[in-house]
Amino acid sequence: MPDTLTATECSQVVIEIGGLPIRLRVDDAGFIDLLNRRYEGFVTTSREPQFEFQIDVTPPGLTEPDEDVRVHRDSKQWFFDRGDFHAEWNPSSGLGKVRQTVNPYSIDCVLRIVHTLLLARNGGFLLHAASAVRNGRAFLFSGVSGAGKTTISGLAPSDVTLLTDEISYVVKDSGEYSAFGTPFAGELARVGENLRAPIAEVFLLAQGPANTIEPLETAEAAHALLRNTLFFAEDPDMVNLVFQSVCDFVRKVPVRRLTFLPNAEVWELIR
Amino acid sequence: MTGKRYVARDTHVASRLMGGEMMIMSTRDSTLFTLNGVASVIWEAADGKTPLDEIVTEQICKEYDVAPEQAMMDAETLVEQLAGHGIMIVSDQQIAPRENSEVHPK
Repeated sequence: MPDTLTATECSQVVIEIGGLPIRLRVDDAGFIDLLNRRYEGFVTTSREPQFEFQIDVTPPGLTEPDEDVRVHRDSKQWFFDRGDFHAEWNPSSGLGKVRQTVNPYSIDCVLRIVHTLLLARNGGFLLHAASAVRNGRAFLFSGVSGAGKTTISGLAPSDVTLLTDEISYVVKDSGEYSAFGTPFAGELARVGENLRAPIAEVFLLAQGPANTIEPLETAEAAHALLRNTLFFAEDPDMVNLVFQSVCDFVRKVPVRRLTFLPNAEVWELIR
Repeated sequence: MTGKRYVARDTHVASRLMGGEMMIMSTRDSTLFTLNGVASVIWEAADGKTPLDEIVTEQICKEYDVAPEQAMMDAETLVEQLAGHGIMIVSDQQIAPRENSEVHPK
C-alpha cells in the first residue's frame, strides 16, 4: 500500500540529538517539511525512538515566546509551558504531546527541555557554550550572551568542526565526558555537525586585549559552569542532579579562562 | 545572646565541598552560594544538635587563629545571613532531623 506508507512517512520525523532519537508526529505536511529543514543532519530513519511526541497544531494567535518557560512534574508526568506552547510528557511511557502553532521555536524549546531532563539522569547536561572538534577532541567555549561564543566559532580555522555555536551537549558515559553536535544554533544560525568527540577542555570566554589562558580553581569553575547550565525544571531532585553533575564534571575536565582578541590567532592556543 | 543556638542545613539544598569552598545551590530557586573555609566548617557542622558556640570553640577556634568572641560574632552573622537566604535553620532548640533531599558528597 504505497499511498499509506507515504502518508505515514509524511506525518512524522525522527530527530536524533546526542544519540537519542525522538519521534515527532504531526498531521501537517508543511510543518514536517519545516522540521526536516530545521533539523537537517539530525533527522534519522535508522533507529527506533524511545520517545514520541504528538504535536497538535493550533491556529495562529497571540503567543508570547519570550515568556519564561515553566517546567514542573506532577507524579510521573512532566508539564512544560510557555506563552507559545503547552507540552506534557511521561518519561515512563515515552509518550508526550505538544500544543503549538506551526513554528520551529516552540518544538525546539520542548526538545531542549526533554534533553536536559534525560541528560540529568545520567550525569550530563546542556551548557550555554559553543563547542568544536579539533584533532579528534572537543573544546567547549562557555559564556553568557555576548561573551564571544559566536565570535570564536566564526573564527575557527578549516580543520575545526563546529558542534554548536550556542548550546553544548555534554554526555557522561562510563565516567568519561563527550560532546555531541546539536542543531540548537545561536547567531550563526547554522546547525552543528552531528558527531561526537571526547571533551578535552572547557574555556570560559572573555574578550580582552590579548590572547591568554589562565587556570581556574575548581570552585570558581563549578560556579561559572552552573551559571551557564541550561536547566528549566522547578524540581528539587532534578536541580540536585544537575548540581552534582556539574561538580563532578569540573573535577574531571580542565576548565580554564580564555581571554581573546577577536582574531583567528586565538585558535593557535587551542589544540 | 545568652541561650544556646542550634543550626541545621535546610533540606532544600544541594552542596559540595570544592577546593576548600562549600558550593551550595538552593533547590527551590537554583540560587548559588559559595562559602569560604571558616563558613564551610560551620555549614558541615550544622547538624541541628550541636550548639553554635560549641561549633565555634571546638572547630573554628581550634583550626583558625581567631579570638573566640570575634569568631562567635562572625558565626552569628553568618548563620543569620544563611537563614535569611532560606538555606539554614536557626533555633534556640535542637532541630530534629527531617527528610532531607540534600546530597553533598565530599
